[in-house]
Amino acid sequence: MAVLLIAEHNNKELRPFTLNAATAASQIDSEVHAVIIGHDTAEVAKQLSELPVVKKILNVEAAYYENFTAENFAPVIVKLAENYSHIVCSANTFGKNLMPRIAALLDTSQVSDIIKVISSDTFLRPIYAGNAFATIKSNDAKKCVTIRPTSFDPCESTGGSASIEKVDASEEFSKTKFIKREEIKSDRPELGTARIVVSGGRGMQSGDNFKLITEIADKLGAAIGASRAAVDAGYISNDHQVGQTGKVVVPDLYIAIGISGAIQHLAGMKESKVIVAINKDGEAPIFSVADYGLEADLFEAIPQFMEELNKLNTIQK
Amino acid sequence: MKILVAVKRVIDYNVQIRVKEDGTGVVTDNVKMSTNPPDDNAIEEAVKIKEAGKATDVVAITVGEEKAQETVRKALAVGADRGIHVKVDGIIEPLAVSKILQKIVDKEKPDLVFMGKQAIDDDCNQTGQMLSALLNWPQATFASKIDVKDNKLEVTREIDEGLETIEINVPAIVTCDLRLNEPRYASLPNIMKAKKKPIEEISASDLGVDVSPRLEQIKVEEPPKRKAGIKVANVAELVQKLKNEAKVI
Repeated sequence: MAVLLIAEHNNKELRPFTLNAATAASQIDSEVHAVIIGHDTAEVAKQLSELPVVKKILNVEAAYYENFTAENFAPVIVKLAENYSHIVCSANTFGKNLMPRIAALLDTSQVSDIIKVISSDTFLRPIYAGNAFATIKSNDAKKCVTIRPTSFDPCESTGGSASIEKVDASEEFSKTKFIKREEIKSDRPELGTARIVVSGGRGMQSGDNFKLITEIADKLGAAIGASRAAVDAGYISNDHQVGQTGKVVVPDLYIAIGISGAIQHLAGMKESKVIVAINKDGEAPIFSVADYGLEADLFEAIPQFMEELNKLNTIQK
Repeated sequence: MKILVAVKRVIDYNVQIRVKEDGTGVVTDNVKMSTNPPDDNAIEEAVKIKEAGKATDVVAITVGEEKAQETVRKALAVGADRGIHVKVDGIIEPLAVSKILQKIVDKEKPDLVFMGKQAIDDDCNQTGQMLSALLNWPQATFASKIDVKDNKLEVTREIDEGLETIEINVPAIVTCDLRLNEPRYASLPNIMKAKKKPIEEISASDLGVDVSPRLEQIKVEEPPKRKAGIKVANVAELVQKLKNEAKVI
């Protein structure tokens, strides 16, 4: 039986991690169908049909699907699940909110946040904030799997021509009402997919001082991250948090500034290809994962860092 | 209003995890255990709602082995009124926990069920949503702010893009983020008082729930180690290394 991928989108375009989830789905089984549930999603359905790994699109539309409420989405997918062996989506806040609701209704034990497909029933997933990896085999007839998007490459996004089939909506769940979404818009690359991430921690001492991080990020074309301590202290908004309960990032370069390196923060960044740590405490645990460590006062080091970057003739973007 | 709060006993968040040499799991013998951190936020929020006069009863529940009862006792020490301990040995998956909680909800008829959004041991992030599905109740996951308004809650949720606000009808499930509040410490007199508060013990088999695992844990291993890095002397050297050695800028 085929794999059903749940597409994540904003009713206008696909969210980028749908492509990573599609790759994982195609590693489970070559027959991947995708369901897109939303409001006015004809354009997104078309975009989805162009992914070469997706063989068929199921499109479900209703006004009450506009805000991705799990209580509305789950019954639709449960109904479709009859024809599929696996249900797959990203383990970001969209998938984390939705998939367990589906799994419980299907009476199946979900496999969360996998980083590798070993076979169609066996997966690798991090536990204990990535301090151990568990190989898990699912014995349920239907498998609900969420995938860690940064552990899978995005699939090709053009060249496919899957058919788009309309599917009837389920009844509205009226006990949950969407009120508002406050998205922080920025011209910078998205944290989850950026090639370079510059992160600040409690050592930044104030929200104002995060300007120093911003300057470097602008210079490098980087996304801005933060430790939980910095978000808790109100220096920066929650969408920047990197860690066990925030975002997991795997950039080519991760620069941790004024971050001590609590276990839960390391969980979100230690797979980065190159890690730089700037911290005045030479014993800080962040140095244990850093390829390049600089023991220095960040308020002296950051201006010098800008100066040195300015001296370079070219910077890769 | 009655609030049921689910708490889990896990390896303390400050402990450096060690994987067992035989690959069957992680070392838990002689390791410090604590309440799962966001479950502390769940208890705190329930107690605050009660203190604000908007709830009458806060019941703490845990599902797990004998010693898991410590987490219920701790919840009682910070303000929960009574406890429930559903005894189960061995690995218990979120699906089974949610089925047990469903049985308890049928019996206790709470208006709200709170719990942490994720346990820091298995990192599954499933139980609240599963319980919500089984009960067909609204769910507000990853909550960082809760306003109780008569028979509704307005909840701010932490999502990848920023913040989302939803309104849910009671009865409902809320899973709590660490930013929801600042959990209090139990005072010594309250710890003493908590010893007298009742904890009801129930065995999972009495509830008629099949708790046998559906997932097989084939092995647990150490993640690949990063090779040791170097310390650079100054910023100029750092930039030079990034440019010419790592070639990332």
